[in-house]
Formats: sequence, C-alpha cells, structure tokens
Amino acid sequence: MIELKNVTRRFGETVAVDNINLTIETGEVCVLVGSSGCGKSTTLRMINRLLPHSEGEILVDGEDITTMNPEQLRLNMGYVIQGTGLFPHWTVARNIAMVPRLLKWPKERIDARVHELMTLLDLDPQAHAHKYPQQLSGGQAQRVGVARALAADPNILLMDEPFGALDAITRENLQLEMLRIQRQVRKTTVFVTHDIDEALKLATRIAVMDQGRILQHDTPENILRDPSSEFVENLVGKQDRGLKLMSLQSVRKVMTAHRDSRHPEPGVDTVREDDSARLALSIVLWQGAEQVPVVNADGQEIGFVTRERLMQGGA
Amino acid sequence: MRIWLPPLLLALLLCGLSVGMDTLQPLFQWLQPDKQGVIYKRESFLFLLQNHLPLVNQVASIGQTFPPVAVLALAVPALGFGEAPIVVALILYGLLPILRNTLAGLEGLDPAVREAARGMGMSPMQVLLQVELPLAGRVILAGIRTSVTINIATAAIGSTIGARTLGDPVIAGLVNGNTAYVLQGAILIGLLALTTDSLFEAIQRSWDRRLSPSVTAS
Repeated sequence: MIELKNVTRRFGETVAVDNINLTIETGEVCVLVGSSGCGKSTTLRMINRLLPHSEGEILVDGEDITTMNPEQLRLNMGYVIQGTGLFPHWTVARNIAMVPRLLKWPKERIDARVHELMTLLDLDPQAHAHKYPQQLSGGQAQRVGVARALAADPNILLMDEPFGALDAITRENLQLEMLRIQRQVRKTTVFVTHDIDEALKLATRIAVMDQGRILQHDTPENILRDPSSEFVENLVGKQDRGLKLMSLQSVRKVMTAHRDSRHPEPGVDTVREDDSARLALSIVLWQGAEQVPVVNADGQEIGFVTRERLMQGGA
Repeated sequence: MRIWLPPLLLALLLCGLSVGMDTLQPLFQWLQPDKQGVIYKRESFLFLLQNHLPLVNQVASIGQTFPPVAVLALAVPALGFGEAPIVVALILYGLLPILRNTLAGLEGLDPAVREAARGMGMSPMQVLLQVELPLAGRVILAGIRTSVTINIATAAIGSTIGARTLGDPVIAGLVNGNTAYVLQGAILIGLLALTTDSLFEAIQRSWDRRLSPSVTAS
C-alpha cells in the first residue's frame, strides 16, 4: 500500500504538486492521468525518491520512505519509463537480470527467472536473450523494460508513460498484455499517462490531476458517470461517454444465457463473454442484426445479446 | 585480427628503423652530400625512443591550454633544465582533450538510461562504473588518443631544454644545418605517432564491436 499525505513538491517558486492526498491499495492499478505539466510524473518520481518531496509524508506499507535507504526502496519497486531506458551495452538477458544481480541472486536462479519472464512477456528466450536493445523493435524493447521491472518480483510497479512512444497497434497489444500479467502477478501499480482511454482500460482507480492537484480519484465507471468538475468531464470526453462506458461493461453482464451451451453456428460472428459491450454493439450495427451470439473461452455458445438490451443497459 | 595489423606493422617499422637506421646511410648521404656523418650517432635511436615513451606516458593520464613552448619558458626558471619542465608541459597539454571528452561522453548519454539505472536501485557508484563509464568509454578513449598523439610531438620539443628524446637529432640537425639528422628524428617521431594512433584506432574498433553489435552484427 502506498499513501501520500499532504504531499507538496516545489521547484523554486513553482508548485508542481500541491498538497495531494492519495492512497493506493495493495494490488490495485492506480492511473494518474492529466495533461503534461500537471504533476503526475513528479508524483510518481517522489514515490521512489528520484525526487524528494518538499512537504508531507509518503508511506509505503506504513513506513515513511524518507527513513529508508533510497537504493533499498527502489530495488523493491519495478520502474518502467517511456524511452525504455534499456542499457545499450548489455544483452536483453543481462538487462532483465539487472536487479537480481544487484541483489546478488545465484546465477542459476537469475537464469531461470530471466527465462520465466521472457516467456511471460511473450518474448522467445532462444531468439532474443542474446540480442542487444538496438536490435529490437519498439514494442519488444518495452516488453524487455517491463520484464526488467518485474525481475526481482517487487511489490510495487511504477510506470511512467511506458507505452507513450509506441504506435497504436503495439500500444494496444501491450495494454492487453499488461492486463493479463496484472491478473497473474497482482502488483500494486502506479501508472502515469496522458491518454484517458489507456487510463480507463487499465485502471482499477483513476486519479485525474490538473495543476498539481488531484481533481477526482475514483473508479473508471464513476469518473465517467459522475465527473466531479468540468475539467474531468472534458477530459473523459463529454459526448463520447456513452461508448466509453460500454467499453468498460462486459458482455457477460448484458447477455441472455442459454439453458445449455451449444456449438455456435459456423460462419456467424460471435463475441466472447469477457469482450466489451461496445464490441457487441459494433457487430450488431455492422451486420444490421438483432442479436449476436456469445461464446465462452472454450468456444461454446452460452447465450446471446440483443440490440435492445445493449441500448438499454450498455451504458 | 585484421584491425590489429596496422599498429603491428607500424610498430615493427618503428623498431626496425630505430635499430637499423645505418642501413639507410646511402639514402641520407644522397640527401646531404656535403656532410661526413649523415647518421645521428650521439645517442642510439633505441635509447632515445625508450626515453621518449615514458615522457609521453606521464601524459596519457592528463592538457593543452597553453602552447607547449610557453609552458616550457615558464617552467624552466622554476624547475631548471631537463625532463621536469617538459613533463609539466605535457601534463598540461594532455589534460584538456581527455577532460573534455570525458565530460562530452558522460553528457552524451541517453538521460533515460541514467534515469532507469537510478530508478531501479543502483547506487551512484554502480551507475558510474556499470553504466556511464562503459557507455562513455569510447569517447573518453578518443580523448586519450588525441592527447597521446599530440604529446608524442610535444615531447620532442623537450630536447630544446635538455630532455633526451627523439627531438635530439632534430635539434642537433637544425643547429648544424644537417638535414639528414632532422629527417631521421622526424621520421621516427612521425612513426611513433602513427603507431600509437593506429593502436588506439584498433582498440576503439574492438570496443565498438563489443558495445555496438548492431553496427557489425549484420
């Protein structure tokens, strides 16, 4: 758990972070979102003491971070940054092994861990372990960056616009990947982005920041349904809200279940039960159909969702 | 192996000439028909070469803010004639390129790399030794290369104030109007500079191979 209590950061006369209070529960993904210069990166960098805070208290698992050794503190916090920050003179495997080596793990354990992480991040260890960062694509390099941050199994993960420099498709893939990994490892994550869609997709709770203050700290759904101010309303896109809410909603919630599961009819478009309601609506609109069949992870048709139901309860 | 060939060949030529300058007597006699002794005999070239190198060595760790002759003029009253003032001049002269390149090398690092190194829990010493120096090493090495090469030439000026270097035959030749002497000294100094320079070139290339595999991998 990370707690920020009345934290302020000044750069000379300017106040970058203005008396914020924020509690990040263990295992949740807190996304700090706002335009550039709103203090979100500053907040993140105060948590691992890359920047000292001017006033207030920051507690990690109940302990004041100023009383801890900064290196020890950081070794227990994975850190992923926009430019990847991979070390160009080290191979992929050596980059991932950085923190375990600093912690002086035995070699076999490091090798096993590197192998495990590369597999988790969908990087073929055989093909990539001995490459250098310059030989990787942007998406691969950022996967290595994430693997490096997870290497010593830290309790906390800090991510500073990690996918900001990637193209849309790669970014989307990595976001899905991150959701999958997060389901497996459950790290307390602080994620900084300026992209509200990314925030809505990844967050368990979002903190909207502007001019060094936190305007609203709530679940994605509440942020969309009940924005606390005009700024938040504009940020989430006033008129786009309906569709954004639909993308938070899973098909499972709005479908009508069959009594027994059955094989889907071949050649008909289907949605999976954990797809978003927005996707179901898109298929219904595109095909001009009244309903679309829903399948489970095994490919069995377990129900259907109607156009009417989507219209009523999607958002 | 190929990259080490030029420094090896040049080193062989340098040593060979230092020992066997006599064999070139007909050539120098043709150059300087009016002189009896066309090969410099006061000291052996090998001795002068041996004396030249340690002087350069002092320098490899180090400035170039003053013209060397000005430094010599200032240092001689304080330190007397001999090797001490030239060492001072070489240190001052060799320092600047190394310092400048070290700073440039460290400043030229991708800030994200340093940020990541610190943010992942490296201590400042670990960041310097494991990340900054290896990455800036190539540029620092280039500074040492410039410095040493310049200093080989500068060390020869030391002969004007009584240091025994390969500059001796050059000075002696200039004083006596014996072009052959000047040439012998100059050839050896030139070769020494070329040898050292190509050695550094080779070191730099092997460094590149290890550190930027993308350049050579394909």
